[in-house]
Amino acid sequence: MNWYKYASPSAFYPLAGKLIPWFAIPAAVLFAVGLYVGFFVAPTDFQQGDAYRIMFIHVPAAWMGMFLYVLMAFYAGIGWAFNARLSSMMASSLAVTGALFTLISLVTGAFWGKPTWGTWWVWDARMTSTLILLFLYVGFISLQSAIDDPRRADRAGAVLALVGVINVPIIYFSVQWWNTLHQGATIRILNKPTVAPPMLAAMLILLAACWLYSIAVVLIRLRCIILEREQNAAWVAEGAS
Amino acid sequence: MNWSEFFSMGGYGFYVWGSYLTALIVMGGEVVLLMRRRKSCQRINRDRE
Repeated sequence: MNWYKYASPSAFYPLAGKLIPWFAIPAAVLFAVGLYVGFFVAPTDFQQGDAYRIMFIHVPAAWMGMFLYVLMAFYAGIGWAFNARLSSMMASSLAVTGALFTLISLVTGAFWGKPTWGTWWVWDARMTSTLILLFLYVGFISLQSAIDDPRRADRAGAVLALVGVINVPIIYFSVQWWNTLHQGATIRILNKPTVAPPMLAAMLILLAACWLYSIAVVLIRLRCIILEREQNAAWVAEGAS
Repeated sequence: MNWSEFFSMGGYGFYVWGSYLTALIVMGGEVVLLMRRRKSCQRINRDRE
């Protein structure tokens, strides 16, 4: 199978269309299962009561915000370095979903902060760096929409996205580097997790659901971007010939 | 467990449901807007053909 074939938007478009249901349907199922486990199986936390259940959406949303940023910067970088327009379109598509997950993580974080810390917001290292992440996404999207020539917009976006990658490890390690109000990592790769198994299960199932959801919506949006951009190119070609 | 107890979330109902409602509105809104965008871009494409 020649994978390079799918680097062309016209070949990728039908493939993406076939793939979407394979992500969208399992996403819906996993959202249902994850919420069921989170609300009916996971026990009440002895310290935080039921407020901790915000974690099941807060943590996956925060992770998705960071993952999708790295992915967006990667695709934007590939699109820039190899002049691959499909890759740049993918970056533009990822930006919207990434920004929305970052927004969800900030709002749910405020809803969690109020009952547990007594405040909706503090200029804590993790929260401030996450707000910067949201601004980077918004900056990327508005920079691209401010430039008329799509390939120039892609290049400008790529520079912004790649410079902004530095913020992702800052968010991740902020709870270790600075004395923050935000609690430390719940999941550590090398240590045993600090939460009960059903709590961990609910969070991981919802994380998987968020991943599948992201892939589905990003592919749907990517197909729209392909149509919008390629149609324009064909238009120009028709006018020129 | 009864439902009113479930919805009160041990007194944290506002915060817990506020969080999930926010996520639902944001993700649901994304899907709705995306479906509308898909409709309009497919229409443009059909017209061209």
